[in-house]
Amino acid sequence: MEAAFFITILATAIRAGAPVIYAAVGEIFAERSGVLNLGVEGMMLVGAVSGFIMAVKTGNPWAGVLVAMLAGGLLSLIHAFLTITLHADQVVSGLALTIFGIGLSSFMGQNYVGVQGPQFSAVHIPFLTDLPVLGQILFSHDILVYLTFLLVPASAYFIHKTRPGLHLRAVGEDPATADVMGISVARTRYIYTFVGGVFAGLGGAALSLAYTPGWTEGMSGGRGWIAIALVIFAFWEPWRAMLGAYLFGGVQALQFNLQTIGITIPTYFLNMLPYLFTILVLVFATGERMRRHLGAPAALGIPYIRGER
Amino acid sequence: MSRSSFSSYRPPRLSLERRLTTPWWLSWVIPILSVALAMLVGAVIIASQGVNPWEAYRAMFEGAFGSGYGISETLVKAIPLMLAGLGVSVAFRMKLWNIGAEGQLWMGAWAAAGVGLFLYPAWNLPPWLAIFLMMLAAIVAGGLWGAIPGLLKGVLQVNEIITSLMLNYVAISWVLYFVDILWRDPGGLGFPNTAPLDKAIWLPKLTWIPLLPRGHRVHAGLLLAILAAVLLWFLLNRTKWGYEVRVIGENPDAARHAGMPIVRNIVLVMMLSGALAGLAGMAEMAGVAHRLQRGLSPNYGYTAILVAWLAKLNPFGVLLVAVLFGGLLVAGDQIQLTMNLPRSISDILQGLILFFVLGGEVFSRYRIRIR
Repeated sequence: MEAAFFITILATAIRAGAPVIYAAVGEIFAERSGVLNLGVEGMMLVGAVSGFIMAVKTGNPWAGVLVAMLAGGLLSLIHAFLTITLHADQVVSGLALTIFGIGLSSFMGQNYVGVQGPQFSAVHIPFLTDLPVLGQILFSHDILVYLTFLLVPASAYFIHKTRPGLHLRAVGEDPATADVMGISVARTRYIYTFVGGVFAGLGGAALSLAYTPGWTEGMSGGRGWIAIALVIFAFWEPWRAMLGAYLFGGVQALQFNLQTIGITIPTYFLNMLPYLFTILVLVFATGERMRRHLGAPAALGIPYIRGER
Repeated sequence: MSRSSFSSYRPPRLSLERRLTTPWWLSWVIPILSVALAMLVGAVIIASQGVNPWEAYRAMFEGAFGSGYGISETLVKAIPLMLAGLGVSVAFRMKLWNIGAEGQLWMGAWAAAGVGLFLYPAWNLPPWLAIFLMMLAAIVAGGLWGAIPGLLKGVLQVNEIITSLMLNYVAISWVLYFVDILWRDPGGLGFPNTAPLDKAIWLPKLTWIPLLPRGHRVHAGLLLAILAAVLLWFLLNRTKWGYEVRVIGENPDAARHAGMPIVRNIVLVMMLSGALAGLAGMAEMAGVAHRLQRGLSPNYGYTAILVAWLAKLNPFGVLLVAVLFGGLLVAGDQIQLTMNLPRSISDILQGLILFFVLGGEVFSRYRIRIR
């Protein structure tokens, strides 16, 4: 009984964490290049609704995933154009993107609330799923969860061990020097803001096509913001973002499962847990960062204009 | 995602030269043009629903400003936007991104409802005192709720954008617990809301305003908002404290060297910001809904962010922009009723306006050359 409870909690944590991992890893790419995009929540919602609509229309959830990624990417280009090309304030532009995304997703999804659609279901992996305990925790999920197991190491490798990854970091830390070295600051920032949008859209699809199949207004419930918080918690490292997402998932799992072991707290208070947890995580991370003198990408949020400092 | 797949893409090459001065007419033409362009894009979205955008816009304008009733409803919606927008603008002055106005508003409404529903009858207070105490409770509750991200930011340097936003979700859960369960009106026919406030402690209607139709809903919250704007303008522009706030916002290093108390001012500004948002919640509760209920705020706290920013953080500008956005909300309801368009159109328009104004700003700051 006890063991089964913990296995459920851990498995749910991993499932609940997946959409947040996509959004957080995407935001890591954008922020590493120096672009703070607070529009994640809006991009996730538009990704969720457009992916769901496409999946319903074609009957193919993969088509939904592709459209969700495209939708998130396209939205991010608005932010990229405003902030990179026109040097608009990144905070305000990101907020505008979130507000726009909330409105657009509710507009697009007006006829899809409560509609049944195709979804990704759990995939049995021979041998791995059959492992005792570990199989249930790690390998009893849908394909979008498994993809996060690949995305996180791949992203960490890309950022730290490849040449484009080096350029990405250079642009985020010291754009003037990167510019002198012949790296196009604007192009790099466009690319990674777009990548951030693509992953936010994918995170949305992971909600509407896998974790909580279907469309309801505002279904991301602040996950886009939580992803942004996790990026800070993660010191802009994909592995730590994954850890943070699982902690968040664990809180959600507790929220759903406390009742089953006889602990009764009004749902209103349980609903607060992920948000209170996020604040707590942020407080500890900020403290740790200052103790270890770790910084955000030095040029984060600052527009780059050649010859202007 | 490999990089080569993007390599054929080149972002548009614009070269920007900073303007030394902005011609006076540009600062008028650009915002007007920006809003017009936003409406043009909005027209495409409306047309996608098979509705003639010209007619939709006309219906929106007439709904919001075309009749005495429309104007009165626009003012009703503008009141919480004014108060919360003023709150947000104070924080933004100091480059504190308080996006927690929504939660601060709910906490204000909750505290005021507590006073009105329970203290007032229990202590047998005179109505004027009860209204005053409701305002005070809302100011304290909103202010304390705003102080949390302020303290975290000031003392521990925790990012206030995220904490203030997370607290919105916490506040709404908290208030709904009272609305749905603890304070729920048993005679409410199954609707989740509290019992109504006693009529004597409703914010009085401004029946003396000329031209508005009989039975309009414009209440004394409008006077509170105007008073708050005047006080705020005075505080920010004519006092030493206002000067400190501006210096800390514009040049924190200079402020530090001048020995200004930065942490204390961060907390104070966030409290003031939250207090004004809390007052917005009280005004909506005691002036319009007359009870605490689900859906009390259709995201006033978020719209207030746009209002503050579009008003360039000027208190009187906030009043004006709030009226325009109040009109947009009324118009959204209007076209949902008469033209069968979803009201999310008004959210989309809000976002579009902000995009275009943001993008347009660059033209007043820079001269643009396209290569």
